[in-house]
Amino acid sequence: MSLRTHHANDDLLVVENLTLRYGALTAVDDVSLRIASGARHALIGPNGAGKSSFFSMLGGATSPTSGRIVFGGEDIVSHDEVQRARAGLVRTYQHSSLFTGLSVLDNVRIAVERVSGHPLRPWPSRADRRITSAAEEHLAHVGLVDRRDQLVSSLSHGERRQLEVALVLACEPRLVLFDEPTAGMSAAETHRFAELVESLPRAVTTVIVEHDLDVVFRLADRISVLAAGRLIAEGSPEHVKADPVVNEAYLGDSNDREPLFLDTPADVRTAR
Amino acid sequence: MTKVRAPLAAALLLVALASLPFVLAPYPISLAARILAFALLVVSVDVLTGLTGLPSLGQIAYFGVGAYTAGMVGIHVTSNVLVQLVAGAALAAMVALLTGAVAVRTSGIVFLMVTLAIGELTHRLADGLDAVGGSNGLAGIPAITVYPGGEPIILAGYTYWWVLTVFVLGFLLAVLVSRSPLGRAMRGVREAEPRLAAIGQRTYTIKLAAYVFAGAIAGAAGTAWTVQARFVSPGDLAFSVSAIALLSVVLGGAGSLWGPVIGASVVILVRDWVSGYLPGQGELMLGALFVLAVYLLPRGIAGLRPPRRDRPSPAQQEQPAMEVVG
Repeated sequence: MSLRTHHANDDLLVVENLTLRYGALTAVDDVSLRIASGARHALIGPNGAGKSSFFSMLGGATSPTSGRIVFGGEDIVSHDEVQRARAGLVRTYQHSSLFTGLSVLDNVRIAVERVSGHPLRPWPSRADRRITSAAEEHLAHVGLVDRRDQLVSSLSHGERRQLEVALVLACEPRLVLFDEPTAGMSAAETHRFAELVESLPRAVTTVIVEHDLDVVFRLADRISVLAAGRLIAEGSPEHVKADPVVNEAYLGDSNDREPLFLDTPADVRTAR
Repeated sequence: MTKVRAPLAAALLLVALASLPFVLAPYPISLAARILAFALLVVSVDVLTGLTGLPSLGQIAYFGVGAYTAGMVGIHVTSNVLVQLVAGAALAAMVALLTGAVAVRTSGIVFLMVTLAIGELTHRLADGLDAVGGSNGLAGIPAITVYPGGEPIILAGYTYWWVLTVFVLGFLLAVLVSRSPLGRAMRGVREAEPRLAAIGQRTYTIKLAAYVFAGAIAGAAGTAWTVQARFVSPGDLAFSVSAIALLSVVLGGAGSLWGPVIGASVVILVRDWVSGYLPGQGELMLGALFVLAVYLLPRGIAGLRPPRRDRPSPAQQEQPAMEVVG
């Protein structure tokens, strides 16, 4: 079975035979995939497919039972979260995990200070102005610059996700892992968030794990489908939509089922 | 506006504190010196507890190292108080580095217990070590001099000024650090430690740096304590001192640096001065004060300041999301 269509040199992230077992349970079963530099990659699958386990192994929070993760030509499987973040592989959190008691600006400044190489300097200096303006640029990008002095605890859920993106961008990532970024968002917030991800420069590769298939088909140019810990399909959005294996994994093998993927909202009404 | 007011208020307060020896009798002056030395210990507790989110009962250990170092240097080496200050703070920082390397691997209640053990061990060590006077304490510490060949300083007013100098230096240093990148990272540890790791920052380094810095501040406070008392005893390192130091932080408002200083003043005034009118009831009054503080000042004395102006009302927060739909 060969799903590899890219040349090895273009691949920023290469996952080989990644397996995670909890005792008798195999959460992720021998998954291999390649993510090209600049790709907009999505990872989907029904509940319990192993998406979260897979994601957490990429981010470094969980160690795989076996397999390799090669990022930018370097085997990072034994690297912890800190080392991966420093290499440019940065993750977001499903439930916003921000510095809630600090101001919006300070949240981003912490990240800028880490990247700019003086996170431990114990006195203020002139360099702080450059750090502040860099942080403001990141805030401007996500549309939060006018909220810079507010505490994160006073932001709405959608705004916190925007800040989450600013925080990740401030880490100057090569690859961003989005963990169900639109979970709990209103339709409007989801729309804004998708626009934000679309506005990211192509130098930043993104991998998104997401339940909302509308968001996935809007953002991704390549989709991997996991089911029961295995990779069952991979390809362009059109390819994945048409794949009967994917439909079966999501909805089970019944004959009079609703279609999983609908092309237009009008179809929703006719289908019911 | 507050940006102009705060330094002005601090300058006025400093002038008022510096002129205390002209208006107060020697006993109240030595009480004021005791308050300042204790307040600097409380600042060090606040650097860990309030800024970094590591509740500590162990700062008394580094305070003790500073106090005993100052006394030993005074007796055996030199009466020069600058040497005593530098030696006390440096040795305290070194001990903090060694003990902190283990302590900051833990967090929460475990950290509290580990630091409690560090404090109690130091207390027991001071009690049992004959070289530093054992349970009798370290007596016969000569009066300090400020420069080589200078006059020994004996009057309470002058020692008070030295203690005030150490306090102001230590406090300003803490303010400086809290406004630096390290200070922001320390708050980051307090707010969301795993997140700090996810953006590529080793939190162990941050916590250890905070611990060593707090240890040096506590050590400096210890040398100031020795200067004003010219005597150190194991009783100065008792658990009850750690407890009221943490109480002062809670009373003053953890995380703000000036709040805990006021908290420390209130605690010592209640214990040593107000309780003079009700002999033997000092501890009881502290207990009552703590209960009242928890009920009436959940965010401490610093929390009495009006909330930030720039915070939006909940209605304002919802609007941007709605506009996109429309």
